[in-house]
Amino acid sequence: MATEITTPVFAALQQAASAAETATRTVTMPVGVPGFTLGEEERTVPVTEPPVLPINKDLEFIGKPIERWDGYAKATGRARYTADVALPGMLYARFVNSSVPHAKIASIDTSEAERMPGVKGVHVIETFLGGAELRDPSLEQSKYPVVRFAGQPIAAVAATTPQAAEDAAAKIKVVYNTLPFVVDENIARSANAPQVFPGAADQAGTAGGGGSRAGIPQTGNVHGPSVRKEGDAAQGFKDADVIVDAHYTTQVQTHSALETHGVVADWKPDLLTVYASTQGTASVREELAGYFKLPMSQVRVITEYMGGGFGAKFGAGNPGVVAAILSRKTGAPVRLMLDREEEHLSVGNRPSSDQRLRIGAKKDGTITAIQLISYGTAGCGTGAGCSGPAANLYKWATLHTEENDVFINAGPAAAFRAPGHPQGAFALEQSIDELAGKLEMDPLDLRDRIDENPVRRVQRQVIRTSEIWKSRNPKPNADSGIVKRGVGLSQSIWYRHLNYNSAAEVRVHKDGSLEILSAVQDIGSGIKTALAQIVAEQFGVPPAKISVKIGDTNYPPGPNSGGSVTTASISPAARDAAWQASQKFLASVAPGLGAKASDLTLSGGMVRSASGKFQPIAFRTAAAKMDTDQVSAQAKRVRDYDPKKYITYGGIDCAEVLVDTETGRIRVKHVFSVHDCGRPINPAQVTSQINGGVIQGISYTLFEHRLLDPNYGLMVNADLDKYKIAGSFEVPKIDVQLTEVYIGQSSTDASGIGEAAGIISVGAAIANAFYNATGVRIRQLPMTPGVVLAALNQPQQMMESI
Amino acid sequence: MNSFALADCSTVEAALSQLKDGAVVKAGGVDLLDRMKNGTDTPRRLVNIRNIRELRGIHATPDGLTIGPLTTLAEIAEDRGVRADYTVLADACGAAATPHIRNMATIGGNLLQELQCWYFRSADFECIRKGKEVCFAFSGLNQYHAIMDYGTCPSVAPSSSAVAVLALGGSVELTSAAKGKRTVAIQDFYVKPDANPHRFHVMADDELLTAIHIPKPAAGTRSAYQKYGEKESHDWAIADAGIVLEMDGNTCRRAVVAMGAASPVVRRSKEAEEALAGKPITQDTARAAGKASMTGAMPLSMNAYKVQLFPVAIYRTILLAAGQMERDPSATAVAS
Repeated sequence: MATEITTPVFAALQQAASAAETATRTVTMPVGVPGFTLGEEERTVPVTEPPVLPINKDLEFIGKPIERWDGYAKATGRARYTADVALPGMLYARFVNSSVPHAKIASIDTSEAERMPGVKGVHVIETFLGGAELRDPSLEQSKYPVVRFAGQPIAAVAATTPQAAEDAAAKIKVVYNTLPFVVDENIARSANAPQVFPGAADQAGTAGGGGSRAGIPQTGNVHGPSVRKEGDAAQGFKDADVIVDAHYTTQVQTHSALETHGVVADWKPDLLTVYASTQGTASVREELAGYFKLPMSQVRVITEYMGGGFGAKFGAGNPGVVAAILSRKTGAPVRLMLDREEEHLSVGNRPSSDQRLRIGAKKDGTITAIQLISYGTAGCGTGAGCSGPAANLYKWATLHTEENDVFINAGPAAAFRAPGHPQGAFALEQSIDELAGKLEMDPLDLRDRIDENPVRRVQRQVIRTSEIWKSRNPKPNADSGIVKRGVGLSQSIWYRHLNYNSAAEVRVHKDGSLEILSAVQDIGSGIKTALAQIVAEQFGVPPAKISVKIGDTNYPPGPNSGGSVTTASISPAARDAAWQASQKFLASVAPGLGAKASDLTLSGGMVRSASGKFQPIAFRTAAAKMDTDQVSAQAKRVRDYDPKKYITYGGIDCAEVLVDTETGRIRVKHVFSVHDCGRPINPAQVTSQINGGVIQGISYTLFEHRLLDPNYGLMVNADLDKYKIAGSFEVPKIDVQLTEVYIGQSSTDASGIGEAAGIISVGAAIANAFYNATGVRIRQLPMTPGVVLAALNQPQQMMESI
Repeated sequence: MNSFALADCSTVEAALSQLKDGAVVKAGGVDLLDRMKNGTDTPRRLVNIRNIRELRGIHATPDGLTIGPLTTLAEIAEDRGVRADYTVLADACGAAATPHIRNMATIGGNLLQELQCWYFRSADFECIRKGKEVCFAFSGLNQYHAIMDYGTCPSVAPSSSAVAVLALGGSVELTSAAKGKRTVAIQDFYVKPDANPHRFHVMADDELLTAIHIPKPAAGTRSAYQKYGEKESHDWAIADAGIVLEMDGNTCRRAVVAMGAASPVVRRSKEAEEALAGKPITQDTARAAGKASMTGAMPLSMNAYKVQLFPVAIYRTILLAAGQMERDPSATAVAS
């Protein structure tokens, strides 16, 4: 047992620390939307918290569209991404992937590959990471991991050049005992379908979400239902004056980040260093330390620059673990980057959905019942639930949801930008639009009736008075021409998730230079710039002058970036650290300035004497008086000030579309996007994320579709040519209006925007606009010309009865 | 990708002397590198003709145009003379791929690119086009495949420029060290799968495509090309039309209606052409021609929509060619 330290000094320190943690003060904070609902509320906060931050208009750097901190490095190619990391003696690794969708491996012969020139190491995978696992592993006996999808990694080679690794990988001989497979989720649901697992299987959640609750029933390939019942929905439907009942389907979308998954692993006797393309330096370290039973102190993860993740890049995964093993085996650093085909097949996707949605409502719009029965496939994993929007967007009297995962022989899904929500909102927001039509209510008025969220109410007002909405003809199919114009909208919702594993250190140097350090990684959304702005605001120094050092587990812990948590989690820690460092700085310069620390303040880049003892001195000049070369303060994220308060983010996307009724082509002409994320730290970056969400939403709605050949179980469009993603011609005019909201929850009051904007709501907005243009509903994604022409050819009554 | 030897040639003679032992010609390299990377092509020798100056350029002759096969798609799309008198060709070259690819890809490479069927392009599928027995598209995923004249292989003709060259009645000049030059009309250049599923064109292994000849259009000729993709940025055609109209006033003396994405080999629709010949170009005649173009269409399990789409592409492109339509109503892209 460890010796307990009981020196009087230590006890005193401990007491002071705990007193500081529990001591509180009451502050008055801005709460609400400036120009609409702004007011003040009291909060009790720890005494260590900095003064309440004024609203954005009264600040110098926070809330301003500051240029991206690393924009120059990115635009000029100086930014070093994982694939750019080249260490001395580095080897290049390549996976051998399954060519069949379902099999037990009889044998793997690596001998020829090992003799190939340049080959330094070969590894046969013992445990496949990802997807669901059998509850009862004894149901399946196999020497090697069972292949459950084509593209599943089986082995890997490390060699002196990428070409040598590729050539050697081709020489590894895998003998498969193939098993019956199923890649069509409708067939997979049938009783006599081939079984992906020989028994019930579950998937553990990851830092990015996903996974399923324990004890969910499983019948054949159908893992579910996961049931939620609130009140008596049957009675709710009896109480309804109007019922809308519809069937929706959505496709599988792959993440398709520009940068594929990959790592450079450098195994040294006392330190494993891993450069990773990841959304979580913390989760990669945790997984590697756990897998290799290494102390956390001996695993370092670095993510200097990141080329997109969208939820699929948490943890080390197969690439990280295998690269580390190959590095340990060969004694050399190993780079393992996936190619585009592997990226499509083996590292995640957004599950499909097949939803039967019923909504019952009173004549005034009040919802008496919502029932959603959903099936969806997350491949050989789980996580296809999509009831979030149905359960959380509007007020209901009764709710009944049943979610089912359907196993097929395809790569496991991963969290993908607002998991479940684009699917769920595509259905819900079309049915709400349809309900408004049946009730002869304006879609915004109906939502005012069933959604009390004060921020959404403000946003609906913004939409109501917008040119795009005012230009909408409430009567569907009003245009007589070949090309019909329509306008539609959809709301979105996301939730205040936080990651309290968030801390930052701010250092002040004697020459006036400033740095901020945290393990948090910038996945492209701009947290580096936000952190620079926060330190800049505290010290009155331009953000470009702040040295931002992040994406390294050697620094104070940072949150994993997923579920829109990053800014909400790390920005208060950064501000607290900046504030505390500024107080230490004042104490450090006080003797040199001949003043007491309590007499000094730092504001607007000047050190001032409250008593007027001296004229304000520039921060940099004052820094020269520091009594040590550096002072620093590290702060962790304190709890939300009022954690009982239920906070959602969201907004409204309003789309104007042109439908060519002869070709079935839909052109999204204009999207007006009104969204909130608490206090925007950098409105330009928030707008940029919303633009991205809108474009990704259009791409999901009209084009993207993972296509699996039903007869052979292989993906036929595993590239960026036939897997279609919106390009520049498909990008509409996008107008973003941020709703600045103060929520009184932290020292920055900031939140994230990654999930809430665009991707959730654009699909239904386009579909509602399509209905407005044509009078026809499309309840199927993607809305390709083939799908559109089929819908337009069909008598609408038939459509409605599907 | 496999290892290969690379022969860099700067003259036609040098290149011809290298065309042996399974050597494959590389011009822009756009399509070839794709096939090598996905493992469907594994040449041991590449002959790089990219730097043969004499094979590049657009030359007006008394009889029409001679285009060097190394002329890039961008150069053709932007050429004033081509745009004015051979609009269908400028349109087709400008509609291919992306601006980046058009700057690199050559018209020779575009005419010679291989099928885009996803089964053909995957090393995992050994299909009839690769010398085996089976086609995977008939019973598999065929939403982008052919709707007519497909015989044993319903992959569609991938080249936009071929549609235009066919519409203009062009030909290609093939040169070999042994036999010298020969000229082949474009309609005889491509091989239908029923004739021989293992060949895409009649060019022999020791031949080089050395010129594309386009005859001078008759007086009063107007033309246009349009491609519909599911999206407008970087997509393959789901329907396309190359239209050439020889006009007397508003009466169409002779019409050519060419299509690419309907069949494995670029084709002309006699039925559509007959529907226009001797008639004025109007909404009605244009639509009638579009409708006639689908005579004999036999869609597969997933592509019936293309039977609806082609007549639209054709009637609208006829109206564009005739100057009766400013731009396609659903076009986002402004022609370069």
